Amino acid sequence: MKKLFSIIFIFIFKFNFAYSLIEVDITRGNLDPLPIAVSPLHVDTGSENYQDIKVKELGELISSVIEKNFKSTGLFNPLNKDAFVQKPDIAHLKPRFEDWRLITAQALVTGKILIKDNKLKVEFRLWDLAATQEMVALAFTTTPSNWRRVAHIISDKVYERLTGETGYFDTRIIYVSETGPKIQRVKKLAIMDQDGENTKYLTLGNELVLTPRFNPTNQLVTYMSYFRNLPRVYLLDIETGIQEVVGNFPGMTFAPRFSPDGKKIIMSFAKDGNSDIYTMDLESRLVERITEDSSIDTSPSFSPDGKYICFNSDRSGLQQIYTMRSDGTGAKRISFGSGIYGTPVWSPRGDLIAFTKMRAGKFYIGVMRSDGSGERLLTENYYQESPSWSPNGRLLVFYRETKTDKDGEGFSAKLWSIDITGYNERELKTETDASDPSWSSLLSK
Amino acid sequence: MKFNKKITNLLIVALSTLVLSACSTAKKTVGSGDVYTGNATVEYLASGVKDRVFYATNSSALTTASRDTLRKQANYLRKNKKLNVVLEGHGDERGTREYNLALGEKRANSAKDYLMTYGISGKRISVISYGKEKPVNPASTPLAWSQNRRAVTIKAK
Repeated sequence: MKKLFSIIFIFIFKFNFAYSLIEVDITRGNLDPLPIAVSPLHVDTGSENYQDIKVKELGELISSVIEKNFKSTGLFNPLNKDAFVQKPDIAHLKPRFEDWRLITAQALVTGKILIKDNKLKVEFRLWDLAATQEMVALAFTTTPSNWRRVAHIISDKVYERLTGETGYFDTRIIYVSETGPKIQRVKKLAIMDQDGENTKYLTLGNELVLTPRFNPTNQLVTYMSYFRNLPRVYLLDIETGIQEVVGNFPGMTFAPRFSPDGKKIIMSFAKDGNSDIYTMDLESRLVERITEDSSIDTSPSFSPDGKYICFNSDRSGLQQIYTMRSDGTGAKRISFGSGIYGTPVWSPRGDLIAFTKMRAGKFYIGVMRSDGSGERLLTENYYQESPSWSPNGRLLVFYRETKTDKDGEGFSAKLWSIDITGYNERELKTETDASDPSWSSLLSK
Repeated sequence: MKFNKKITNLLIVALSTLVLSACSTAKKTVGSGDVYTGNATVEYLASGVKDRVFYATNSSALTTASRDTLRKQANYLRKNKKLNVVLEGHGDERGTREYNLALGEKRANSAKDYLMTYGISGKRISVISYGKEKPVNPASTPLAWSQNRRAVTIKAK
């Protein structure tokens, strides 16, 4: 994908960092989202249609994808286009700031597109309406079929400028698609854009597949499959579709994740009733045993600097979270609250560990510092688990199951996301039931 | 009749949960507690030889009843020397997926070990964990969960 899609960023105007007044505070739940106007992108009259893309509608489409992104953050309030007072082409050149302020907008996104010679040229600007100045201006060229990614890249640039955080819109989520009755579930690997569009199925559903996870550095995925009834960790290249089993283990391997540099897979290997943690270097194929304990050790996750591993173990009797150095030394328990803990996963920022907590018949998604202090429970439900971090470490995506009644009815599995502030909990719509989500890195860095 | 049986099972589960919670401060003894004791989901390898054993929450310990079932299985396997078996380990839906995969493997191996102590060669027994992926009873009830926490002995193909 990356090779096909090389973006050329041209900074067409100088950045104006110093005098900006707008700033979106994302450190707390935002009860007062920033009113923002996203003007339809002006379509240059010299544009041509491209395959089945109707260029006349594209300016409007791109702006609505951007609006949907902004709305999903809970930090922005995209204003109704009916109230817009300026035509897209004029607004993009020089907005009448007073007019936009009249409809209570504080920021304005404008843009222009041109499809010519099978290329899509895009320009966009972000305006600070109070300070009456331009905050960002960018232009880039890509193939027209990438127009959704254009919308996501614009969203990321605006989000980054207004919040000071890295964006997360030009990303994908891989998950397990679920269909059929609960006692005969059919599971397939599926991938979609972060906003739920472009769903593709990567396996056919002939064998059980579980826990797909992205490589943070490329488009490889590791997951667990029951192919030929041998439960093993696999590697899948989602560009070529090539799959291979990871290592040559004489038993079940599961709970895989990549190291932060993408060069190793860390996973559990179960033998004779004991699960321990192993790593395998993808290049040298060298296997290293990390834990050697008679209890269950699973769900390992590296710290972003690769120096530490958090994992799940029942060596104290019940499931708890532990950390250790990446060579397996210095293991110590960090979860001490009431209840039991699973699925620890280290934040890409390194400061927090997200987890699932089970207590008194309820399941919680929460975060704690990597030394175990500062535990915060973000959401409580009947059943939910498997948090995965957005690449900027601001959100978690996880899955939630509903109760099944005596007749086997009422069951569902859905993806949800929540800010680490505990606000903005929302369902990610998927074509089928879904579980085990994993968030990719930014596709364009 | 079946209805009555279900009620009895529910009572057993409910009672044992009460007993468990009453002594929850004490160190939890393995094997007791919310283990399914009925026959509603059970199939038979041969007449009188049940195909499965059940476990308490988060436990892979064999109960007295489980040991009895496994001794009968061992007996049956001794008489049928050409028969190989697969032991499938399972968990219930009230735990995280990855931990359940490990726990299912531990449960299946606890049953395998017991068969081996009764003279069945480990070579005749293969083990697979399905974690919580293959429940027999889909309901979200303590009874269903107790039926799903199981190790099932299946004739190898």
